[in-house]
Amino acid sequence: MSTQAQNSLPIVRPLTPTEKSLDRGFILLTQIFALSVAGILLWIAIQVAIQAAPAILKFGARFLFTSAWNPVNNDYGVLPQVYGTLVSALIGLLIAIPIGVGTAILLSENLLPKSVQMVLVFLVELLAAIPSVVYGVWGIFVLIPLITPVGQWLNTYLGWLPIFSTPPTGPGLFPAGVILAIMTLPIITAISRDALISVSPSLRQAAFGLGATRWETIFQVLIPSAFSGIVSAVMLALGRAMGETMAVTMLIGNSNHISISVFAPSNTIASLLASQFSEASGLQVSALMYSALVLFVLTLIVNVLAELIVLRVKRL
Amino acid sequence: MTNAFPDQPSTGLVRGSLNRSATSPRTVFSRVMTILAFVCGILALLPLLAVLSYVILQGFSSLSLSLFTELPPPPLVPGGGFANAIVGTLIMVGLGAVISIPVGVLAAIYLTEFSSGSLSRGIRFATNVLSGVPSIIAGVFAYGIVVATTHTYSAVAGGASLSILMLPIIVRTTDESLQLVSQDLRQASVGLGATNFQTVSQVVLPAAIPAIVTGTTLAIARASGETAPLLFTALFSQNWTNTLFAPTASLAVLVYNFATSPFKNQQSLAWAASLILVLLVLLTSVIARWATSRKAY
Repeated sequence: MSTQAQNSLPIVRPLTPTEKSLDRGFILLTQIFALSVAGILLWIAIQVAIQAAPAILKFGARFLFTSAWNPVNNDYGVLPQVYGTLVSALIGLLIAIPIGVGTAILLSENLLPKSVQMVLVFLVELLAAIPSVVYGVWGIFVLIPLITPVGQWLNTYLGWLPIFSTPPTGPGLFPAGVILAIMTLPIITAISRDALISVSPSLRQAAFGLGATRWETIFQVLIPSAFSGIVSAVMLALGRAMGETMAVTMLIGNSNHISISVFAPSNTIASLLASQFSEASGLQVSALMYSALVLFVLTLIVNVLAELIVLRVKRL
Repeated sequence: MTNAFPDQPSTGLVRGSLNRSATSPRTVFSRVMTILAFVCGILALLPLLAVLSYVILQGFSSLSLSLFTELPPPPLVPGGGFANAIVGTLIMVGLGAVISIPVGVLAAIYLTEFSSGSLSRGIRFATNVLSGVPSIIAGVFAYGIVVATTHTYSAVAGGASLSILMLPIIVRTTDESLQLVSQDLRQASVGLGATNFQTVSQVVLPAAIPAIVTGTTLAIARASGETAPLLFTALFSQNWTNTLFAPTASLAVLVYNFATSPFKNQQSLAWAASLILVLLVLLTSVIARWATSRKAY
């Protein structure tokens, strides 16, 4: 080895204590930030509960089961909003699950060339990226005029059914349910497609080897084995539908009454918050916070269940 | 056609044939279901086309340069723009990014590099649950933390609520992109005597930067379209933003307010603002797709 090369060798020495503690400090910093991400979830729950405390103390569990929303008397009950939240999410899921799973099957089988499949997957993801207000604006000016004749037909010919018993007057549970279906469709499609793709190819080939047609394989082999993925997709979509605010606020009619008919205006917890918060004061603010807490707990339960299902599938 | 199974009694039926009969119930069912699957696909894409085309058509007719330079008009007055809303959105999304990007990237670094086992599973679980929290709850939270303590609606509160929404997305995408970096790089760096900080900052992070930037851009695009949290934290304002501690206009809240107003001039502004939001989201999604399709490492 020449002296030239020897002179240019770096000096190797152990780390100084300062360097070691700086390094450990860096790891500690990242650990603090990582724990804070989990901590924020807890903090949100505590903060919303603190702000809801006056209303919780005054109304207790009665809040969940009464229907009055009266700022004048300071009497608040959130049952119509819980009903609206659950029913609009249900309508949305009823429409979105068949279409979403059908699209997921279309995009996971070899019914389309690969390049077309990739483009369609991207387009479905794009549906999820459009802001909620834009869906709301489109809903007001395009969807409601489109759906009202359909609703009128249903009311005329099937009006003896309680769910179609009132004529559609524009905003209501049904348009809100349809827009929720459009907004939750990409979640269901994307996660179901991932679940269907990750089914082992040998299962599919075994089914074909036994003489099954494509659709017999799908219904009897693929969907049962991807079932947990599809269920977690549905739960995540349910959580998203319950928490969706802007599009629903613009399409649901803001009426604090329970009505069996899906064409009647209604309200959800999120749209109640959005429409009343800016002008609320005193106990009304606390009542709104209480309803926010209810919504938070509902979506928390649904999301935790969805995550647990995913974890259980991964461990298999 | 010769009998494929000569040792079995031949009947009029084609038994054991490898050709699928076109009229058997199984084949008909299969064909019908394939058609249904295509119908589902078309139904899924129809709303996307409808929304995009309507927003583009309506928004285009209201586009003009004055949109980017003037303030929102009062009812029934034609013209005007939403320049203050664009500035407000930029400010609040910027504030949200300043808070959530360092926290999110460092948290993801801890998750991938320095943690293992149940702690990392628990934090990832909490991150996924956090991403499912409704945006309005994030707004309520920021209201309690910032607005109630500073006694004013502000851009800072808006930025704080947006940062809560952006945080899980950034953590998740950074986590995934760091995991994609090959372990060989880390081992080579440690083998050369680098500290943890040097390995992360000079070897791992640069390798994962394209994917991290993509994830951050997607989070920013999502945050710029959020309305509900801003209703609780920044409200709206018809004027220019002079201070960070006053109600601030934003594109999303402008769309909400003007779309529900009964005045045509304000409605046309709502369409133009929707167009800008949708174009922003489209652009970032396409760029993100293109960037991740060409893998750097």
